[in-house]
Amino acid sequence: MTHDEADNPYAGLLVDDAHWAFGAGQEFRPDEDPVATAVVAPVPEGVDRTAAAAYCLMLGDDALVLAQRLSEWCGRAPDLEEDIALSNIALDLLGQARLLLARAAAIDPTLPPPLPDGSPVPPEDRLAFFREESGFRNVRMVELPVGDFAETITRILLFSTWRLALFERLAASRDSVLAALAAKGARELAYHREFAARWFVTLAGGTQESRRRLLAALGGLWPLWHELVETHPIEVEAAAQGIGVDPGSLVVDVEPVLEQVFATAQVEWPSIGALAGVRGRKGRDGCHTEALSRMLAEMQVVARAHPRGLW
Amino acid sequence: MIAAREVAERVVDPELPMLTLADLGVLRDVEVDEAGTVVVTLTPTYSGCPALTTMRDDLLRALRTAGYADSRVQVRLAPAWSSDWISPAGRAALTEAGISAPGPAPERDGPVPLLLLPTRRTARCPRCGSREVALLSEFGATACKALYRCRSCWEPFEHVKEI
Repeated sequence: MTHDEADNPYAGLLVDDAHWAFGAGQEFRPDEDPVATAVVAPVPEGVDRTAAAAYCLMLGDDALVLAQRLSEWCGRAPDLEEDIALSNIALDLLGQARLLLARAAAIDPTLPPPLPDGSPVPPEDRLAFFREESGFRNVRMVELPVGDFAETITRILLFSTWRLALFERLAASRDSVLAALAAKGARELAYHREFAARWFVTLAGGTQESRRRLLAALGGLWPLWHELVETHPIEVEAAAQGIGVDPGSLVVDVEPVLEQVFATAQVEWPSIGALAGVRGRKGRDGCHTEALSRMLAEMQVVARAHPRGLW
Repeated sequence: MIAAREVAERVVDPELPMLTLADLGVLRDVEVDEAGTVVVTLTPTYSGCPALTTMRDDLLRALRTAGYADSRVQVRLAPAWSSDWISPAGRAALTEAGISAPGPAPERDGPVPLLLLPTRRTARCPRCGSREVALLSEFGATACKALYRCRSCWEPFEHVKEI
């Protein structure tokens, strides 16, 4: 559209393109999808494709699952501003997830589940909508039911503090796509962390009830915090190859930020231990809580019912 | 025939139609390759920008109408888009449309410090010009905007965030 056309609400009505989500005769051109063109850079020399794809998948799943959870606030947050803020945070994370899953599929094309011939579903959507729960590599913290506002704020604070520190370092990844999306994502995460940290302090110093709920939220989430900062074999491998970051190295960045927020909020550093896995297996190993299967059932049902994108 | 670059530079943003893609700074490059294909390079404002596909279709249609049958749009992620890339003409168009233009983007050097106080900006009300403005929310109707209210004329307005 040009300026003249933008002033005319009827311009483009009869044009059959992405203005229409389900335009008849719309030709799907996967190789021309704007996102697809952003993730095709070659994998750096010597990098193991399976390990690199697993790393992208893991970071993408964290963002995808939290984005889906935060979207549950759309239309029902305490007020309009927070409703919009939570939806925007969800959208940023969904954008990061899309790039990461698309990069995972570009690195290892065997990763996305196969679909019938002629299916228009792009690789990142195959990963999001056609994988079983055990194929998801996100930490369990992001999949828990969305909870109340204090729980959501605390989760965004913990997650964005960790992910911002990670992305600041990931911007130096040998993988050019990971480096670029981390540099971009860090700017978004800085806004998410600020939003959550200010609300955390506000709720802590608000009413007895808001403080009670905040402390309950922190106590409930803390056992899952450890899973973010402990190093998983996928991360060991990715760090060794120079494409990823060992989360153990992030503690020096992450703890001072949380200490700053907790001190301002007059909240003590929690002393609750980690939630155990099942025979040692946790979210990054594909071992999840029941909440994820319920969330995926809702998130995936339409795509799975119409794998060709036609009805 | 108008140069492909000129054609692409006239295409407007789907969500901020007072700005061309060039004014917004997302149009990074327009080149013609050896095969004669026009290759347009975009850098999205935010990772989850839902308008990319629409931008691509608007660009391809404008180029086709101008006689460039063979063209494609590619996305470049690095360097990341900055609000500093909005042109002076773009800033004027934003203000004209009642949207406050961003100030300078924060310096990026080392870890981002966390500020627990509301973000201070020297925003002006685009309607009455007052500097007495209050932040309502860091997030607006699109990912790239914050919500403000003017304390002088009491009108709410949007501010394009510094990023």
